[in-house]
Amino acid sequence: MIRVEIPFHLRTLAGVDGEVMLTVDGEVTRASILDALEARYPMLRGTIRDHVTLKQRPLVRFFVCKEDITHDSPSDPLPNTVASGAEPFLIVGAIAGG
Amino acid sequence: MSAIRVLVGTKKGAFILTSDGTREDWSVSGPHFAGWEIYHVKGSPVDPDRIYASQTSEWFGQVIQRSNDGGVTWEQPGSGPKLPETPPGSEDGEPMPQGKSNMFVYDTSEETGKPLTTHQWYDGTQHPWEFARVWHLEPSLTDPDSVYAGVEDAALFRTTDGGQTWHELAGLRGHDTGAAWSPGAGGMCLHTILLDPADPGRIYVAISAAGSFRTMDGGETWTTINRGLNSGFMPDPTAEIGHCVHRLAMHPSNPDRLFMQKHWDVMRSDDAGANWYEISGNLPSDFGFPIEVHAHEPETVYVVPIESDSLHYPPEGKLRVYRSRTGGNEWEALTDGLPQKDCYVNVLRDAMAVDALEPCGIYFGTTGGQVYVSPDGGDHWSPIMRNLPSVLSVEVQTLP
Repeated sequence: MIRVEIPFHLRTLAGVDGEVMLTVDGEVTRASILDALEARYPMLRGTIRDHVTLKQRPLVRFFVCKEDITHDSPSDPLPNTVASGAEPFLIVGAIAGG
Repeated sequence: MSAIRVLVGTKKGAFILTSDGTREDWSVSGPHFAGWEIYHVKGSPVDPDRIYASQTSEWFGQVIQRSNDGGVTWEQPGSGPKLPETPPGSEDGEPMPQGKSNMFVYDTSEETGKPLTTHQWYDGTQHPWEFARVWHLEPSLTDPDSVYAGVEDAALFRTTDGGQTWHELAGLRGHDTGAAWSPGAGGMCLHTILLDPADPGRIYVAISAAGSFRTMDGGETWTTINRGLNSGFMPDPTAEIGHCVHRLAMHPSNPDRLFMQKHWDVMRSDDAGANWYEISGNLPSDFGFPIEVHAHEPETVYVVPIESDSLHYPPEGKLRVYRSRTGGNEWEALTDGLPQKDCYVNVLRDAMAVDALEPCGIYFGTTGGQVYVSPDGGDHWSPIMRNLPSVLSVEVQTLP
């Protein structure tokens, strides 16, 4: 299982506490994790990335293993530690605007 | 006895204030959608327990919420009201939740004939249309599942399935003038939608800063209705478009008569917007945002004068609602119960409403977080709430 941590306002929207546990079929990438997250929680569609273009929203960041991967390709494979659930996949609302 | 439900949208959530018909003792529920900007909350005139809310965030974009029980519980239409225990879709035969209630996609299809893709930006260049948020939700007068949405960048959308999916009425944005529309300071927003109760095909909308528009065919084709407006900030002050209309109001018994609070000037039209004339009269300032009409007196109008476009607070630090009983020009200050010293709040364009009781109640919310009520048409005011987050919108439901 993949561990995904989502920001407060999206947890309230999805009605979840703490981490979300997801199963991802195939290669574990940012795109495949978001696909699985949105399939499990359809109310999150459009809040992290655009419905149609899949372009990520500008004030959303993605962290894994203490690295900011926001600007990496969404199809890049993620580390095995994320795929194994040893490390979480973090979706973070950017600290912006004070 | 009748009851009143006030739907308040703020910068940090929605609040629902309820009272019996005396409008003296209020109970409060909320914050709903805590921490989110709630631009607008409005109930269906057909089914008052059906309420729609526009929930937005700079970080996470647009969300549409719907309640079927008067605001007690909420759901995102078509997204499932609760956490699904299994991947949706599936074994129990329920339809797959689509999660499209916040999907506002501009119509660029060839069928519209005018797949307009840019408008004028602040610097005069052309800029792509980008959806930012829903400013205003206007439920249908006849169908609780149908709602119009006015959005930024300016366009009109409609749902006919209770908010699950939205489709643009692209004839408005495809108007010949569309490429010349440009944003006001608050963004290029479609903020006013007036539905004519006598003619389902006639709708009025207003856009900052493009002006006012009217359709006679339910939104297929549109006409500019800005003749008589004079905006000094424009190179041609009387041009067909470019006017920063802040708000329109109409009494349902006379849908040909419109009232307008413009960036400067309070205006009136007696011919469905074809011609406008100024009714600012003796107002201390004719700048402001909201304008409302008394529920039972079509000639009685309310505005809240604001010092200027540079100073968004009441003149002299006195919060005064002004009432005209003559359809404009002659205005009286309503001050009893409102702060008359050191008050520097603003009242935004969607933050004033009236109820349908006798006598008519008037309500407004401020950027300082107060919500005021006058149960007697404006003669006396008292605060329902003093310390809410900054108020973005106020709507009132009169319940049996």
